[in-house]
Amino acid sequence: MKDHVELRSGAYADSVTLLQVSRSVQATPGVVAAQVAMATGLNLEVLEGMGFDVPESSPNDMVVALRLDDDADLAAVLAAVDAALAPARPDSGRATVAPPRTTASALRAVAGGAVALVSVPGASASVEAMDALEAGHDVMVFSDNVPLAEEVALKTYAAARGALVMGPDCGTAVIDGVGLGFANTVRPGRIGIVAASGTGCQQLLALLHHAGERLAAQGHDGVGVRHAIGVGGRDLSAAVGGLATREALRRLDADADVDLVVVVSKPPAAEVADALTSYADGLATPVELGLLGPGQRDLTAVAEAVLARLGHDAPPWPVHGADNSGPATGPLLRGLFVGGTLCDESMLLATEALGPVRSNIPLTDDLALGDDLLADTHTFVDFGDDALTQGRAHPMIDPTLRHEQLARAAADPGTGVLLLDLVLGHGAEPDPAALLAPAIRQARRDRPVPVVASLVGTDLDPQGLAQQRDALVTAGAEVHLSNAAATRRALQLIGDAR
Amino acid sequence: MTSAATGVAPGTSGPTGVTRGASTPTVVACGADMLADAVAGQAVDVQRVDWRPPMPGTEAHLATVATDPRRPEANRRAVAAMLGVTAHLVDVAPAAEVLGLERGQFLHAGPPIDWERASGPLRGALMGGAALEGLVDDPEDAVALFESGRDVSLEPCHHRSAVGPMAGVVTPSMWMWVLEDRATGRRTYCSLNEGLGKVLRYGAYGPEVLDRLRWMGDVLGPLLQAAVRGTEEATDVTGILTQMLQMGDEAHNRNRAGTLMLLRDLSPAMVGAGFDAADVAAALRFVGGNDHFFLNLAMPACKLALDAGRDVPGSTMVVAMARNGTDFGIQVSGTGDEWFTGPAQVAEGLFLGDYGPDDANADIGDSAITETAGIGGFAMATAPAIVRLVGGTVPDALATTRRMHEITLAENPRWSVPVLEFQGTPTGIDVTRVCRTGILPQINTGMAGRVAGVGQVGAGLVTPPAEIFPQALAALAARAAQASAGRSL
Repeated sequence: MKDHVELRSGAYADSVTLLQVSRSVQATPGVVAAQVAMATGLNLEVLEGMGFDVPESSPNDMVVALRLDDDADLAAVLAAVDAALAPARPDSGRATVAPPRTTASALRAVAGGAVALVSVPGASASVEAMDALEAGHDVMVFSDNVPLAEEVALKTYAAARGALVMGPDCGTAVIDGVGLGFANTVRPGRIGIVAASGTGCQQLLALLHHAGERLAAQGHDGVGVRHAIGVGGRDLSAAVGGLATREALRRLDADADVDLVVVVSKPPAAEVADALTSYADGLATPVELGLLGPGQRDLTAVAEAVLARLGHDAPPWPVHGADNSGPATGPLLRGLFVGGTLCDESMLLATEALGPVRSNIPLTDDLALGDDLLADTHTFVDFGDDALTQGRAHPMIDPTLRHEQLARAAADPGTGVLLLDLVLGHGAEPDPAALLAPAIRQARRDRPVPVVASLVGTDLDPQGLAQQRDALVTAGAEVHLSNAAATRRALQLIGDAR
Repeated sequence: MTSAATGVAPGTSGPTGVTRGASTPTVVACGADMLADAVAGQAVDVQRVDWRPPMPGTEAHLATVATDPRRPEANRRAVAAMLGVTAHLVDVAPAAEVLGLERGQFLHAGPPIDWERASGPLRGALMGGAALEGLVDDPEDAVALFESGRDVSLEPCHHRSAVGPMAGVVTPSMWMWVLEDRATGRRTYCSLNEGLGKVLRYGAYGPEVLDRLRWMGDVLGPLLQAAVRGTEEATDVTGILTQMLQMGDEAHNRNRAGTLMLLRDLSPAMVGAGFDAADVAAALRFVGGNDHFFLNLAMPACKLALDAGRDVPGSTMVVAMARNGTDFGIQVSGTGDEWFTGPAQVAEGLFLGDYGPDDANADIGDSAITETAGIGGFAMATAPAIVRLVGGTVPDALATTRRMHEITLAENPRWSVPVLEFQGTPTGIDVTRVCRTGILPQINTGMAGRVAGVGQVGAGLVTPPAEIFPQALAALAARAAQASAGRSL
């Protein structure tokens, strides 16, 4: 071993740099020990402790102290010292800024108005939503599986501050023409929607859009939706008490460009209904309550009521491919839905006509389907239900489960009619008919099972209503814009067969 | 059309339209990319959140604490209280006087610990302290004294409104800086900095260590006392911190500018105090030659601010991070004096001389109070030299400070970082955001030798053990649930 100690007067680097230089030199082949340091008292002590003999020096000298293997190349090591001392200058201007990790952090970066759209797993959704509310912003919580107590807490906090919580489990909102979640592009108009149901809202959007286009062609303007505010399916429960519905109504009432508000929800808890009715009565803007459930109107009837209040007759709701549907191939109706409210609506209509039907979202608990979703009777499956979306995407995005069930139902000789829905708009699969059409064709390969579908969308939707409809019709389906009309048609086919 | 013409004055309370504020709001999308894409596809500004699952097992507690209605206002109060404090240097005096510390009483850094679990550097410092106080003649004899536990007691500095760097050992004869919040009269304390290398706070206790401490007690302390008492206008320590952060100091591992500014403030009174000229020269040389001298003022200034944020029910703000060489502990505003502790980590960094990672003790010292207050590692961007301790780059330094904003509640309006467009330093660590992001506070630190008596072996960067944040979160959640039960009675 050999020591090499040299003084470099006039050389300076800060101690941190020199610690790093020393470490890098120590890693050079042939180096047993190395210390590059300014010759301060402390450093001289360290060097002494390492056994180096340092000549007379001043604190302004840089000491390069090396202990080398006998066969080490001193010149190479000194080159390594110089290389380590040469300043590295990464381009600090190119430092990328990491994306924000929380909603709060993202909101700090936003100047001006913002609305948060939260779709993280339900267990974490309230945390992100609170970030938005705390920062004074509205939030749409698309996530489902959010505990009820958290929803109450979020909405209570928001209500005290005039903020709006859309959701949890809010699939759809259209604010100033911007769709959040699953939302259709609609012609602007003077109607405001408050919806506790995503697909219910979408059905209304599609029907009112269609009617508005027809009326506009006849010279009647203004039928269209200005805003659609989702509130989440539990908002009108006794526990939540309609907190978001009330805030949404307040906002729409304050909007001078809204002439009529329609509220779409399952019937509220009794005490909530009273409070809601009296609140709505106190508003300047008329409110049409479109309540869904046994004994109530279907969505299409609600749309017609809205049109009537605006002084218009409803147009005929479009049907395509009616010729595709031959007689029912068996006694049983099988409904396979992606939209929960659409499924509910169809079940209610079917129950009136056929008696009790079974479902994974049954009208009464005794009608629940097992995990295999099969029963030897009329069945209705909502593939968007929480239980079927845990750990997988919503069927509007991933239709695999429904397609599997479609094949199973088609193969069942008891199946007389297949009733489907398909929902278009922002957030949905870019070409859902391209996936559903082959499944329909496959289902009808062995037996011409009538397939009646409601296609919920508008001609402004990114998927293109006509193109989607044509694909389904070509595959053998009969396609309606109104889900209620599609259901009645399916029931008629089943009824004819009995 | 002007806003008056629409009948909507800007800034009026309560939205008059459906959206609050601007008519085309930015959508902040947190979760499924597909939904963010769908909004972006409508030509709307989308700010995406890089959301990732929180620390394992924290979801339910996070939701409970997030929806605790007390939390937002509690955190605002805690932050405002912290930011409202200005620390003035009002006195220098022995610990016996200002802390009432009695013979045999020892303060130390970090959460509570006993001799049995104490690490090498803490033991070394205690041994040196015992000799300094004359409890033993030879520091080595103090081992038996502490083992017996007779007539000696250990207590965290934090329990006495004090902070101590590294081992943080304070004995009755040591002179303390006294900082005061004049608005409330609250005070905090810290010993005088001994310099680097073989010093008590790094666990060294040789004769040169004790000699230096005696000189500090006999000469430096009284001189500084006279200077502080004789300086017309008390030094604004918070103000010096403001300035030094703009001069390349982050006030934990780099205190060069702060030390010189302190010297500028105190030296006239030191010279004019009537002390022996040689002593004054020695003191000036000692202070000026110790780049870390100001650290012992930065720390109690930070503690003074953070203590103002303590005990706000529902607040999730961390008010202390401290290490005793064995445990890393935090205290949180909403959970009183409870410590949440886990094993202290060994820093990553560079080593003096022949020393290597095996020679280093686990993280030690109350100096992480600086990071707790938003400087030190949190202000890395303003002191790029420090990031090279782990072989980092200037972009790393910028990224570190930016990253700390992810886990903090506020930006400090007084302490700003020029290179980040004078953005305030990330201040007020939020337990919930640490658990949500998994981002741990970045601490700059010195490294003590593992063996008592060795002293400093290096410096580097360290983080707390991750598990103490879920611990604290669970306690916050339990208190939130209690408060909620109380409300519904």
